Amino acid sequence: MITDLRRRITIETPEGVSFTIYLAGPFTRFLAWLVDCLVLQAAAWFVLSIIGPSTMLFGNVSTALMILFYFASSFAYRIGMEWRFRGQTLGKRLLRLRVVDSSGLRLQLNQIVIRNLVRVVDAMPVFYFVGGLSMLINKRHQRLGDLAANCVVTCLPENGAPDFDQVLPGKYNSFRDYPHIEGRLRQQVSPQEADLLVQALLRRDGLDASKRVQLYRELADHFREKAAFPDGATAGITDEQYLRNVVDSVFRGRR
Amino acid sequence: MIIDLEQFIANEQPYWDELQAMLTTLEQRTGHQLDLNAVKRFNYLYQRTASDLARISTFSAEPTTRRYLENLVARAYAEIHEARQVRSRFQFGLWALQTFPQTFRRHIRAFQMTVLMTMIGCAFGALVVATDAPAKGVILPFDHLHGSPSDRVADEESVTEDRMKGHRSEFSAQLMANNIRVSITALALGITWGLGTLVLLFYNGVILGAVALDYVLSGETVFLLGWLLPHGSIEIPAILLAGQAGLVLAHALIGFGSEHTLRERFRLVSPDLVTLIAGVAIMLVWAGLIEAFFSQYHEPFLPYSLKIAFGATELVLLCIYLVRVGRDDKGGARASAALGTAGATS
Repeated sequence: MITDLRRRITIETPEGVSFTIYLAGPFTRFLAWLVDCLVLQAAAWFVLSIIGPSTMLFGNVSTALMILFYFASSFAYRIGMEWRFRGQTLGKRLLRLRVVDSSGLRLQLNQIVIRNLVRVVDAMPVFYFVGGLSMLINKRHQRLGDLAANCVVTCLPENGAPDFDQVLPGKYNSFRDYPHIEGRLRQQVSPQEADLLVQALLRRDGLDASKRVQLYRELADHFREKAAFPDGATAGITDEQYLRNVVDSVFRGRR
Repeated sequence: MIIDLEQFIANEQPYWDELQAMLTTLEQRTGHQLDLNAVKRFNYLYQRTASDLARISTFSAEPTTRRYLENLVARAYAEIHEARQVRSRFQFGLWALQTFPQTFRRHIRAFQMTVLMTMIGCAFGALVVATDAPAKGVILPFDHLHGSPSDRVADEESVTEDRMKGHRSEFSAQLMANNIRVSITALALGITWGLGTLVLLFYNGVILGAVALDYVLSGETVFLLGWLLPHGSIEIPAILLAGQAGLVLAHALIGFGSEHTLRERFRLVSPDLVTLIAGVAIMLVWAGLIEAFFSQYHEPFLPYSLKIAFGATELVLLCIYLVRVGRDDKGGARASAALGTAGATS
């Protein structure tokens, strides 16, 4: 079963497990397209620098080759790259995008060819006006080529499992001495609040120092209201350590 | 319900890593086949990771791990549940002797419609030239067709040196690129419910009809046939086939009389579209070569009878190829046997 939501598709497998495909937006796709254009220009420049001097020797045969290269490369590059790298050109690779079958199945060569041929209509009349309009209207951000080929362009997550050392306390969690208050804390904290907390800690290094202190203080105050630990458990610990203890208590304690 | 997250990840990470490694191998080597034990292991890892995802999803507070697992499960799902066949090796002979002509015949109605639309365009173009000769300058896009056909014929037949010398390859490449671009556009415009494809075919017909009647009325029919037939007998059918592909796409989009959903219809026609456009590209490469190296030479360099005979032969052979080749199972089996393969591909 496939459920369409804005910017994501949820697919339920026959095993009863659901997973979500996160769709790429028009702007990210535009950036990937721009990178691919630069790559094609660089390749054209490279071929020109090789074939160019040979026009002295081979005359119009070299010119013919250049004409055919310019024409073929615009289609062959995207089709070849998306086939070889499972839905990724260099631009998409850089932007962590991938073309996938809209049902979550493996992308077929036919689909890749069609989405790249219908590109000529998407590019009409200038600068992908038709394709851009289609992406804005369509819930799955599909241009016409994607629609004809049954494809969507997805955002890929970061490689590898997340680094949990960033989140968990790393030192003794004084809250564990009060299991009944920990229990109340787990009861009070909603999944959304826990999500927010984990994200705040995972993004620690990306936050400006003063803003981070302020954010952690506000978060710590928020979670202090959920369950009040005695002074013995909180004395001398920073707001950040308080939050790490909360994460440890919430996650470790769920059984 | 989860679980000690740290312990959970520590326990399951080796399985995730193993699945990730198998997926990377499968994704990097197109056509790579797993043996039975590897398939069993792969399925086990998929089931286990899917189960992990289900477990972690019940505790929605850990989005990073969930997205990581979703990505793994999505990739494995694509490998395990993909039921469409992927041929490990493309065989051109089999494709040319069976797939392409069979695909053409399977969508003969669409082809007939492209012929009809082009004929209507031809009639319109001819009517314009017959009733309003100056309008020729408006409807014909090429300057060398604006003048009098008789003057052009006299000019072409008076040349004593090879005008194409030093330009043949370049001209040929330009023709190929331009014609293939037009064909791709004819296919792609099928996504406009076929309207764009029909307009393009009509316009091509207008040009063809206008030029043909202009030369016929000027008494230059033999020149016209000698000039157009050698390359036109392949090029014009190629454009019609591209239009056929466009109308097949349009039919899938409209879905008139079909019990399938839009996505299913697109999925069903996509191999045929690729087959048709690939055949068209090959035909246009041939037409480009013939136009640059043969069609542009006229009497006294080349007798018109030879050019007309060549063009007519090409046309007859193309018709036989599209109508007869790979027509029955015996023929298909013979072709398969000859190529050392089994089964039809379409």
